[in-house]
Amino acid sequence: MGQRTVFHDWHAGHGARMVDFAGWDMPVQYTTIIDEHSAVRNAAGLFDISHMGRLNFHGPDALALIQKIYTNNAATMKDGQVRYGLVCNDNGGIRDDVLVYRWPYSWAMVVNASNRPKIVDWINDSKGSLDVQIEDQTLSTCMVAVQGPRALEIVAGLTDADASKLGYYYAAPTLCMGQKAVLSRTGYTGEDGVEIMIGNAHGVALWEELVKRGAKPAGLGCRDTLRLEAAMPLYGHELSEEIDPFQAGLAWAVKMDKGDFRGKAALAQRQNGGTLRRRVGLELHSKRIAREGTIVRIAGKDVGIVTSGTHSPTFGRPIAMAYVAPWLQPVGTQVIVDIRGNEELAVVVPMPFYKRK
Amino acid sequence: MVPNNLRYAESHEWVSVDGDIATVGITKFAVEQLTDLVFVEMKKAGKTVAVKEAVGQVESVKSVNDVYAPVAGEIVAKNDAIEKDTAIVTADPFGQGWMVKIKMSSKADLDKLLTPSQYEAQIATQGH
Repeated sequence: MGQRTVFHDWHAGHGARMVDFAGWDMPVQYTTIIDEHSAVRNAAGLFDISHMGRLNFHGPDALALIQKIYTNNAATMKDGQVRYGLVCNDNGGIRDDVLVYRWPYSWAMVVNASNRPKIVDWINDSKGSLDVQIEDQTLSTCMVAVQGPRALEIVAGLTDADASKLGYYYAAPTLCMGQKAVLSRTGYTGEDGVEIMIGNAHGVALWEELVKRGAKPAGLGCRDTLRLEAAMPLYGHELSEEIDPFQAGLAWAVKMDKGDFRGKAALAQRQNGGTLRRRVGLELHSKRIAREGTIVRIAGKDVGIVTSGTHSPTFGRPIAMAYVAPWLQPVGTQVIVDIRGNEELAVVVPMPFYKRK
Repeated sequence: MVPNNLRYAESHEWVSVDGDIATVGITKFAVEQLTDLVFVEMKKAGKTVAVKEAVGQVESVKSVNDVYAPVAGEIVAKNDAIEKDTAIVTADPFGQGWMVKIKMSSKADLDKLLTPSQYEAQIATQGH
């Protein structure tokens, strides 16, 4: 049995189908994936994302330590700002993709559930003589996401901080239903919305209030179709210790001019690394889904591999992300994907597949 | 409750018998487990299949699954309508959502299938 979030009994009592995800027992769906996906695109969905790792950094050298392990530049962040970036290994491969939070007196980082132990070890390995205390709050707090065009209206009044006045990718420490919490205008669905972190004891009351206000419980099944339409990479699929940020199309999250950081020397070598495969978006005209592991071919030659593929509920056809030889990157390039022996045509299309209006 | 006039395979196919023709589909339980069907493709008439050999595939957002022949024989028809509109399978798995018709090489294969009560007992232990 996996690790349970504070919402486990609620999920189980409301018909959720549970699956193991990175050692956590998580809901994959309550109704159907397409139904929950549509709710997020058209109204608002509610996700339990308590499995995500929540790390606090205290002490005078917190910024110095974050700068050392993070590819983006934390020094230019404003108080309350949230910034995406990567943690790289010394070869320039991606150890994790993370969000860094800047508070007036401290810092925080949200990391992938599957990578939390690895990143905690990496932080400690990188710390040296820096004066920083790391506090892992993953097990004492919980985290929910309210996502969709109605998300801000649904959370209005629940927190002392006003979500609608918070900039995109900004967060605020606040009171939520009278309890200490963090309200963050972030998400992983391609929709506007918020993520709320709160102490375990207050999670279920908040969840039930959000449901009462019209947020539809949604599982990891649609979280995957939503993030795929938004072309957001998922660690273990598009990102790995072997893939560098340039291959992944995340050069914007690497600041080579910010000073030294782990992986920088290797990244400088890989930056113009011509022959490495690159992440692209593919659209198929068949109904078959090109799933992870599907080989991409051109003129009978293997030129790439699919890292995530699904049926796009929004477009009603299969979409995929793949790593392909760099000369196949231009939009409009036609390739063949071999789906269980069926050769189907796929076309390179711009990412994201879906962009909210 | 599952229809009383059918036989069932452990892999969640149902069989309806008319003479030596077996009509095959997947059960409501299977459809509820899959959810979000997006693609169905059955083998063409004329193909011969053994017991537990694939007669086609059903694909959902989550996964792709084979549909197995509960009886051996020759496929004599497939349901083209469900390949055009998978919603038919979801809406009426035991009726309009049938998948293939097999001309059985031996009716003895039917004896190895589950009765409705046996199948109900099986899904009771697999339900969530």
